[in-house]
Amino acid sequence: MLGRLSWAAIPFDEPIPLFTGAAVIVILLGVLVYIAIKGWIPYLWREWITSVDHKRIGVMYVFLAMVMLLRGFIDAIMMRAQQAFALNSGGYLPSDHFNQIFSAHGTLMIFFVAMPFLIGLMNLVVPLQLGVRDVAFPTLNNVSFWLTATGALLVNVSLVVGEFSKTGWLPFPPLSEATYSPGVGVDYYLWSLQISGVGTLLTGVNFVTTILKLHAPGMTYLRMPMFCWTALAANLLIVAAFPVLTATLAMLLLDRYLGFHFFTNEAGGNQMMFMNLIWIWGHPEVYILILPSFGVYSEVVSTFSGKPLFGYRSMVAATLVICVLSFMVWLHHFFTMGAGASVNTVFGVASAIIAVPTGVKIYNWLFTMYGGRIQFSTPMMWSLGFMVTFVIGGLTGVLHAVPPADFITHNTVFLVAHFHNVIIPGVLFAAFAGYEFWFPKAFGFRLDQRFGKVAFWCWLPGFYLAFMPLYVLGLMGMPRRLQHYDVPEWRPWLIVAAIGVLLILAGICFQIAQLIVSIRGRESLRDEVGDPWNGRSLEWSTASPPPAFNFAALPRVEGDEPYWEIKQRAREQQVLRPEPAYTDIEMPLNSPTGFVSAFFASFMGFALIWHIWWLVGVTFVGAYATFVVFAWRDRAEYHIPAEEVARIDRENRAARRAALARLAEAAQ
Amino acid sequence: MSVAQEPARRDPYGVGRAPRVPFRQLSAEHAEGGVASKRIVVAYGFWIFLLSDIVMFSSFFATYAVLTNETAGGPSGRDLFHLDVVALETAFLLLSSFTCGLANIGALARRSLMYYGNMAATGLLGGGFLFLEMREFAGMIAIGAGPQRSAFLSAFFSLVGCHGLHVTLGLLWLLTMMAQVYAKGYRADIQRRVLCFALFWHTLDIIWVGIFTVVYLTGLAK
Repeated sequence: MLGRLSWAAIPFDEPIPLFTGAAVIVILLGVLVYIAIKGWIPYLWREWITSVDHKRIGVMYVFLAMVMLLRGFIDAIMMRAQQAFALNSGGYLPSDHFNQIFSAHGTLMIFFVAMPFLIGLMNLVVPLQLGVRDVAFPTLNNVSFWLTATGALLVNVSLVVGEFSKTGWLPFPPLSEATYSPGVGVDYYLWSLQISGVGTLLTGVNFVTTILKLHAPGMTYLRMPMFCWTALAANLLIVAAFPVLTATLAMLLLDRYLGFHFFTNEAGGNQMMFMNLIWIWGHPEVYILILPSFGVYSEVVSTFSGKPLFGYRSMVAATLVICVLSFMVWLHHFFTMGAGASVNTVFGVASAIIAVPTGVKIYNWLFTMYGGRIQFSTPMMWSLGFMVTFVIGGLTGVLHAVPPADFITHNTVFLVAHFHNVIIPGVLFAAFAGYEFWFPKAFGFRLDQRFGKVAFWCWLPGFYLAFMPLYVLGLMGMPRRLQHYDVPEWRPWLIVAAIGVLLILAGICFQIAQLIVSIRGRESLRDEVGDPWNGRSLEWSTASPPPAFNFAALPRVEGDEPYWEIKQRAREQQVLRPEPAYTDIEMPLNSPTGFVSAFFASFMGFALIWHIWWLVGVTFVGAYATFVVFAWRDRAEYHIPAEEVARIDRENRAARRAALARLAEAAQ
Repeated sequence: MSVAQEPARRDPYGVGRAPRVPFRQLSAEHAEGGVASKRIVVAYGFWIFLLSDIVMFSSFFATYAVLTNETAGGPSGRDLFHLDVVALETAFLLLSSFTCGLANIGALARRSLMYYGNMAATGLLGGGFLFLEMREFAGMIAIGAGPQRSAFLSAFFSLVGCHGLHVTLGLLWLLTMMAQVYAKGYRADIQRRVLCFALFWHTLDIIWVGIFTVVYLTGLAK
């Protein structure tokens, strides 16, 4: 009846997951009860859960990412604490648990923090920058979000029911095969990623179509803001790389569930094929994360330098070159495979070449700042911190591109230091910069700058303290993923790293405080006009938060930086653009399809993990029925009457007129 | 100040953005018209999805190519494949693509007999294909050449089975589309779905041509 599921699945003998799990459940139930008592459920259902509005979906993605960041970061603290203690002793985490923690940390941070954070920002910003009303497939967008949330849910359920994977963030066979990992841990990993992978793939399809096919009139490809270009590149990579992940994980599932021999030791299976396949996805994945981050930095640096982006066309070219090259370097993740000198040389050279377009980007940002009037706002601080720190990470990357050097540091914490050195400043700082930059667009008020800066000044030195020692330790020969060790020379460095993590913890606390303080003081942080940073692209030409339809009339784009040009003209002529002719606007209706299908997908994933076959059947029928119901609907759109559009738009125009008058007064 | 003078002033270094050049005009033509029509957006998006599906199949093809000789002392393709069955399967599938195309035209022309008749024919041919494939699989498993036997057979069953799974889901979709046209008529959104279904079905044909060549012909030629 319940497959492999029994009371033994609850870790009664392990106090840490048990109490954490209990606390999470209590907090979660508490929040749900509070929401229910306050009567917010209908509001949440109507305005958020079933919303197909790209801005709302974007906010939900970012929220999911932030919650998962907390979870992933707690894992990080536990690992650092364990290693600080575990000289010649077992530390406080049993190896069984420690292995789950480093696996969960990597899985969560990549798939459920970095990915949803950036996809959330894309959702919020890309349609606004393109000057359109929504993405190409709004309901599908909602489905994507909820499938991602399903994956995150399953990973977290494994904390309480059963166990998580102990194989690291990628399940390398033969360790991940049923013979060596008979528990449900790897199955949790595989099914969470398969389900959220479908969501990610659909996002990729959605955004490629949106960026290539939906534009405001006159928004040609070479007028698109940099963030749209990088989002396009990232989504092209999703479309090309995620199917490989799906196929690879499907093969491992077949090995585990039906006794196939793709990656086993027996009957001709080939483990190195798994390594090749997973990194054919895995290396482009790195660029799926970093390219939109580069887009965020481009927007931020250009805005806060008060200048157009330097070398726009070279930036576009660099982005697309990286997009293509990212598929040609996968083997550098396992130079030690023994493919021979020639193969390793080809992949080594290809890897080193990626540094060229990336270097182009760094110089473009530097030259954008050169001669500009730089404002040291919080998003700009993150960008500057990124540029300095990322170059160090990039250099150790080029070092890794040299196979003989890579052989020495392979699987040491030097590697751990390297990829944190590129992903944290590269992706996470970009996520924070984008969060602060576009927060006023999403909610209509800015975040408190003082708290933001304090958080930054905890994060940046915290990062250096936490990861620079790992470079040293790696060169001293410390392997990654050690639960305990007996080399006393390592310990001082590990303690420094642990202190760094504490500093980062302080940074995160300041970020939480920043959010609370900003919400409380939102009246004084209000963005009345919709353009808090003196922005340059179209998202700033509408109100904050934008109305459901984004633009009362689709903007007519006539230059490279449409909003900047509109603004310049308004300032010079002291009048706004003429009022457009307001017409009725057709908008997509909300739909519970995403939530309901994800509900079934959650149970389907759970049933597959625990071999509850009847439930798999029931949930499949349920998911299919959900889509049929959706396909049978007769109305997909609703109309916003022209008067309503006019009322909303005139409000914003009045605010802009007032701002213009204030500006003229100040000039006199 | 006129707008035309602005670009020179905005980028003091004049490096970032070139003046109006032919390349830009070329890209301008693509997007100048603004938001594309729904039919184009839906078909385009579905094409992107199909491309991703083809990428997924390519992983299975690559795996098959790597493992094709890993028979672990068991049977190889030469011992197991029957070209006559495969020829019949191919004929069924290619023919079903033809009828699927006719069904699509029938839907566009709003001719019910043409639409339902050809959809039914597509379904029957697809079903016939699946029946032959299941029989082939069952026969192989019966003689101990199941997917657990060797890495080669794992790769074979996965690649061909993945295609078969697509055909099965395609049949489910086909029936749904017949029911939908019956219930809702030839509405614009349903026409778009029929178009997507047709694209999907043709793609399965393209994949099958790959399987026919890489798996069966190459396997028997060895």
